[in-house]
Amino acid sequence: MSQSLANQPALAGMTAAAGLRAAKLNRLRTSDAAFRGMTRGAALGVLLLLGGVIVSLVAGSAPAFRAFGPGFVTAEVWNPVTEQFGALAPITGTLATSLIAMLIAVPIGIMIAFFLTELCPMALRRPIGMAIELLAGVPSIIYGIWGLFVFAPFLQTYVQPYIIATFENIPIFSTIFAGPPYGIGVMTAGLILAIMVLPFVTAISRDVFDSVPPVMKEATYGLGCTTWEVFRSVILPHTRVGVIGGVMLGLGRALGETMAVTFVIGNAHRISGSILAPGTTISASIANEFTEAVGDIYTSSLIALGLILFVITFIVLAAARLMLAQLEKGKK
Amino acid sequence: MDVSVKSVPLSVDMPAQAGSTAKLEEKISIRNLEFFYGESRALKKIDLPLYAKKVTAFIGPSGCGKSTLLRVLNRMYDLYPGQRATGEVVLDGENLLAPGLDINLLRARVGMVFQKPTPFPMSIYENIAFGIRLYEDLPKAEIDNRVESALRRAALWEEVKDKLNAGGQALSGGQQQRLCIARTVAVRPEVILFDEPCSALDPISTAKIEELIDELKQDYTIVIVTHNMQQAARVSDFTTFMYLGEVVEFGPTATIFTAPTDKRTQDYITGRFG
Amino acid sequence: MSALPNPAIYRSRFRRNRIAVTLGYASAVFGVGWIAIILAILVYKGIGGLSLDVFTQMTPPPGSAGGLLNAIAGSAIMTVLAVLIGTPVGVLAGTYLSEFGKHDRIAAIVRFVNDILLSAPSVVVGLFVYEIMVAPMGHFSGYAGAVALAVIVIPVVVRTTEDMLNLVPDTMREAAASIGLPRSHMIIHIAYRAARAGIVTGILLAIARVSGETAPLLFTALNNQFWSMNMNAPMPSLPVVIFQFALSPYAEWQKLAWTGALIITVTVLGLSILARTLTHRR
Repeated sequence: MSQSLANQPALAGMTAAAGLRAAKLNRLRTSDAAFRGMTRGAALGVLLLLGGVIVSLVAGSAPAFRAFGPGFVTAEVWNPVTEQFGALAPITGTLATSLIAMLIAVPIGIMIAFFLTELCPMALRRPIGMAIELLAGVPSIIYGIWGLFVFAPFLQTYVQPYIIATFENIPIFSTIFAGPPYGIGVMTAGLILAIMVLPFVTAISRDVFDSVPPVMKEATYGLGCTTWEVFRSVILPHTRVGVIGGVMLGLGRALGETMAVTFVIGNAHRISGSILAPGTTISASIANEFTEAVGDIYTSSLIALGLILFVITFIVLAAARLMLAQLEKGKK
Repeated sequence: MDVSVKSVPLSVDMPAQAGSTAKLEEKISIRNLEFFYGESRALKKIDLPLYAKKVTAFIGPSGCGKSTLLRVLNRMYDLYPGQRATGEVVLDGENLLAPGLDINLLRARVGMVFQKPTPFPMSIYENIAFGIRLYEDLPKAEIDNRVESALRRAALWEEVKDKLNAGGQALSGGQQQRLCIARTVAVRPEVILFDEPCSALDPISTAKIEELIDELKQDYTIVIVTHNMQQAARVSDFTTFMYLGEVVEFGPTATIFTAPTDKRTQDYITGRFG
Repeated sequence: MSALPNPAIYRSRFRRNRIAVTLGYASAVFGVGWIAIILAILVYKGIGGLSLDVFTQMTPPPGSAGGLLNAIAGSAIMTVLAVLIGTPVGVLAGTYLSEFGKHDRIAAIVRFVNDILLSAPSVVVGLFVYEIMVAPMGHFSGYAGAVALAVIVIPVVVRTTEDMLNLVPDTMREAAASIGLPRSHMIIHIAYRAARAGIVTGILLAIARVSGETAPLLFTALNNQFWSMNMNAPMPSLPVVIFQFALSPYAEWQKLAWTGALIITVTVLGLSILARTLTHRR
């Protein structure tokens, strides 16, 4: 640039000043490159973090998988004394509690979102919406302690005996709801997870429902449709992908949730036909036993549980993100 | 209307005649310029002179490429991937489109004022001092002087001299736009590009900005994009009428507005389309 | 209404609507009801134990009175350190996603991975830090706890930084470019300033998030009965103390657990509300 500046007759006087400018800019450019490098480094650091998590879990679980082979995933035994470990009970517990949670939280969450976007008076929309968002941030240990001291005894005294009595003579159900009423157990954990996941499902559903163009809703109302019909036949189909994505994010959270479950699951390494019985989940097993685990195989088995949990949640979360990303793309 | 320029009929079809106006010095020469957004061609074979210390207006219906052409002049399009220009834009003998050109230095020489006022999120003083410090290491007193003269240049000094530490965003729209002009002037450019500078302003603020442009042309080469034909007639010495990515007609503003040669120019300035 | 071609259909449609609307209201009452019950019980159980002692006394041995001072201090120290580690990394990475790598493949992958980390089970983060720090060092430590929390801070900050920088209008970037400002200086002096409230919000949300995290601390910082400011040794934290005390058979400990839970909840909700008002004002 400077050599060409030199041959401009009209601005000969500018050359010195321009030279100074170029020098100053050169300095700026060096720091520019440095800053760009730093941001790139940090971004790659995020990748490294995930890589580190995977590598450390794989390395840590290697002894367990060497000892038990792929059968680790399907074995029910969990015996620290004989050092025999299998992941089936925690996996089953994780899936069962999450399933109960989603069965309850999804329909209710969607209905609350329906309420917030279509029914709620304008003045209440923000405060209720905000309260729900805030609740999504309440730490899970709070739900755990509440579940242990309040919710589980309540269920044990008032709800579970009644359920057991009701289904006593109905086949299949009599197994699912077989007594005795412990209070703590798979169902209690599932219910608490449901309460925890509910604000989450609600908040995401509300956001995607809000993304429906008003024109589209107005056109449907213009046909004489009822509020429910507008919701059922326009809003819901229009936002289906987003809602499923949001539900899967909630599922990812339920699967990996530790503290809320650990308090109330009972930490029993067995698979029971009854959802009233104590059980365990992957995260609860790790939280309860990791610091007390003696011996490499025990520790390694718990890390292997962590790896399995990570793989399951990774798949669920990845699917959720891809679906939500699809939705973003569709919007543009 | 300012028609100080000798009305020699200039047009793209007859570029040779541009040379006959001896008083005019070409600050920027656009030669065979084409511009692409991805695959689509937004500017087609543009040849245009921009004269030193004159105001040149780009007019035309929306989507005609006038803003695109303006943003080639300081290579603003470089911020966005997929946008590219071919041909030549020569500023004082140097091709701006050449690869390896120092873009930051180019932008210091070719300043720009935008459609919406864009004060930086800092004080009025800092908005201007910031640009000065980029290029020069000056003592505080000297920077104070430069800030004051830039604000005077932009006819803003009297209004803000008592609140230089207030946030730039606290000013009114018209004041913000003048602050942006001051910020541009403070960097000491040679060319100033105005991209519809008054479209977000009220009539009084607009009048002030137009007055300012008239004063600034004593020292700077000015290019202004406007959708307002009256504004083009009021402030510019030369006018370029663009349509569908092409320069239809270029010439002294008086000629374009009183005796356009092209049918499309005529239709546009008489309001038959656009 | 006699003009209706088929009043029966009309009636059934409106009946269905009424049922759905009722369910909507009922769900809202149900959802808000749970929330109210949980918070009310938390306040009821926790407020009784709330006294000055809680903030001035150490965690007691079973059967005697005490407070939560060492736990609160440990939590505060590890959280501060986690934010000090996590924020620069998060802000820089978010900057890359928003400003430099908007359109490249690496950024797309980083964005995806960050979203995964954002909702990855925190217990797994604990295992990860155990593997890379506790196992090699041979002992639990406050440093390991802080690193585990930092791993949780980073994705939150990355996400909010990117979102907030995306809100800075392109005209601002163009204006900065138009006076010849290099990209990084535009970001540091203009974009960060314009997005400051949003980025601070992200950091506050990250603090809110980690101040209740328990699982990642269980096998990194572990716990400590005593006043310990040695970051290289096991360190107490409020959530872990709550966990331990709540599951104990001692009434005093359980009571302290409730009080601790109330303190955490108030802190977290306070931070979230503060964060919200910060961004809302803009």
